[in-house]
Amino acid sequence: MFEIVNKKYLGPNAYMMEVVAPLVARKAMPGQFMIVRADKDGERIPLTVCDFNRETGIVTIVYQTVGAETERMNRKEVGDCFADIVGPLGNSSDLCDLSIEELKAKKILFIAGGVGTAPVYNQLKWLHDNGIDVDCIQGAKTKDLLIFKDEMKAVTKNLYFATDDGTFGVHGNVCDALQKLWDEGVRYDHCVVIGPVIMMKFACLLTKKLGIHTIISMNTIMVDGTGMCGACRLLVDGQVKFACVDGPEFDGHAVDFDQALQRSRLYATQEGELMLRLTEGDTHHGGCGKCS
Amino acid sequence: MDFDVMKKVPVKEQDPIIRATNFDEVNLGYTKEEAVLEASRCLSCKNARCVEGCPVSINIPGFISKVKEGDIEGAYNVISLSSSLPAVCGRVCPQETQCEAVCVRGVKGEAISIGRLERFVADTAKEMGLKPQLPADMVKKNKNVAIIGAGPSGLTCAGDLAKMGYDVTVFEALHKAGGVLVYGIPEFRLPKEKVVAKEVENIKELGVEIVTDAVIGRAFTVDELLDTEGFSAVFIGSGAGLPRFMNIPGEQALGVFSANEYLTRSNLMKAYLPDARTPIMRAKKAVIVGGGNVAMDAARTAKRLGAEVHVVYRRSEAELPARAEEVHHAKEEGIIFDLLTNPVEILSDEKGWVKGIKCVRMELGEPDASGRRSPVVVEGSEFVIECDAVIMSLGTSPNPLIKKTTDGLETNKRGGIVVNDSEMTSRPGVFAGGDAVTGAATVILAMGAGKSAAKGIDEYLSSQN
Repeated sequence: MFEIVNKKYLGPNAYMMEVVAPLVARKAMPGQFMIVRADKDGERIPLTVCDFNRETGIVTIVYQTVGAETERMNRKEVGDCFADIVGPLGNSSDLCDLSIEELKAKKILFIAGGVGTAPVYNQLKWLHDNGIDVDCIQGAKTKDLLIFKDEMKAVTKNLYFATDDGTFGVHGNVCDALQKLWDEGVRYDHCVVIGPVIMMKFACLLTKKLGIHTIISMNTIMVDGTGMCGACRLLVDGQVKFACVDGPEFDGHAVDFDQALQRSRLYATQEGELMLRLTEGDTHHGGCGKCS
Repeated sequence: MDFDVMKKVPVKEQDPIIRATNFDEVNLGYTKEEAVLEASRCLSCKNARCVEGCPVSINIPGFISKVKEGDIEGAYNVISLSSSLPAVCGRVCPQETQCEAVCVRGVKGEAISIGRLERFVADTAKEMGLKPQLPADMVKKNKNVAIIGAGPSGLTCAGDLAKMGYDVTVFEALHKAGGVLVYGIPEFRLPKEKVVAKEVENIKELGVEIVTDAVIGRAFTVDELLDTEGFSAVFIGSGAGLPRFMNIPGEQALGVFSANEYLTRSNLMKAYLPDARTPIMRAKKAVIVGGGNVAMDAARTAKRLGAEVHVVYRRSEAELPARAEEVHHAKEEGIIFDLLTNPVEILSDEKGWVKGIKCVRMELGEPDASGRRSPVVVEGSEFVIECDAVIMSLGTSPNPLIKKTTDGLETNKRGGIVVNDSEMTSRPGVFAGGDAVTGAATVILAMGAGKSAAKGIDEYLSSQN
């Protein structure tokens, strides 16, 4: 089942895989996600669908090796299989519900941060295939982390870059890049921001000030991903919402990002311990201050 | 052994102090001698009221008389005619409100221990390698039925339809079949490999195909199953859904969990094991809010993971919705019940972690619509229970996914799917049962609905010819 047919290094800790997952590929829409279990005792890892091919049944995923489970995922090579892939999960992008005329009438900007570029790419590609022109600001800490640059160029009208260290594009973050465009007189009326929570928070503060309707996509802690456990809850306009069934996209100006940031740290200590156990194994003899 | 015919033969249990530190099964089950002795108490009533008390109508005096004779295979065959999950039911059914509640023995003494006998028969049958059989006179129907959800209602419906000659495919959203039996009920009440996996295997032995990792409403809609995937009927047994929270201040603090999350991590993902790859919070002091069976499961799990555990419930002990046996077991294990107590706020430290739960005392007022006396706040009774975890066990509301993706599927105001007496929904050929219809209820009621739906599906498909 779920055979890995292609694997590519994208940049430091960032990888792309193409995997056979026919049930996901036949129905996936931009904005949706899936859950992967690397092997039979594995954790359920939610990952956004980056691309899909209905004919071949192959889906593309992009992941960052940030914890023990993604590290284990990454130890799989072409020809190996994942134990489970389930999806598509969550709702498709709000944009997919609009008619082509409605979409053409909009001035749409995407803002992609880090591996958030992968889910943005899926939406950009879908819009491009439907003849809609959109712009995108792609941001990362440094040039090497700007993944998918060529693919992104192919599906955007204008693609702008921003790096924190100034190694590529605007020297600064995505907000600096947006402010620069705005100051130059470029205008948008719809913005989609996907990336780290902290980036989405600040991008939303800016788009609110600029009066741009903004959608974000939440990548929260999850267990089942189908609306059962409630681990993915967040506050939207003060109401409890579940990223897996109500999202993953939400109105960026209504999301309580501080609360979401706090929740994302819930298992940080335990995940750190699991990573140490995996990477150092028996050679780890304490002293890190994290292990028990 | 001292034997009093008026009393149940007692069953051995793990010592409470020891079992509160492990996840092994609490109840050790009858030996054959104990089972035969207990069976000898059965009066073999002609018009057996226990059978009417059983949601799946097992011929109870029938199987018990076989146990009396020491014929376990015979007893298993009698049970198998009515139930596909006897090793599960013998463990988790609330027999005290069903079959055992109406047992004639119970009028003057204690009812027959029907549940323990059922478990004994099912477990012994497994040891003997017995499998449920397709009826010898079964005729293949050459019709496909899709079942959504491999929980108690879906598995029961699947097993019954297979025995009637249908080709059955079960679609399960999770990576493992069993539904609440694998993600909800803890190992110490219902062993996963020894019991649940074996029961699922038995259903597969009947020819039922189980497809895991398949979310209906996403991968396929109900309409696609009927129109393009070749199924003649669909049964929706998708279970309960989104956990409820109290909507009190501070509920977003780190360390507040739904019982569903906590139990799924421990049970499905095996987070209780030391080398587990799924994290779970090992609290020092946990407060469980709610008084149902799920609350007891969460409390007893937290205890085993090392916490001092308080169950906070707003009514009194008499109103606790959990089975008396579960409450009894929880108390034996040292779980503290703070009754007539209701949370009003969750307090957290500067880093956002739970540090306490502010509660008020309650007193019981007039009976409400449910017939239970409704609790009223005692003015000025606020107090704080210090804790580092709060587990909300307040029930669930049905998962909206199938309703949202199936045109013309009628639901009630609580989101439950509306069905008629044959368990058919507002959509012809689409049936439903279990928590997706009733909201959170018991395993056996879900099984009863699955059974009734199998009958309904057979009638519907037979009338289509």
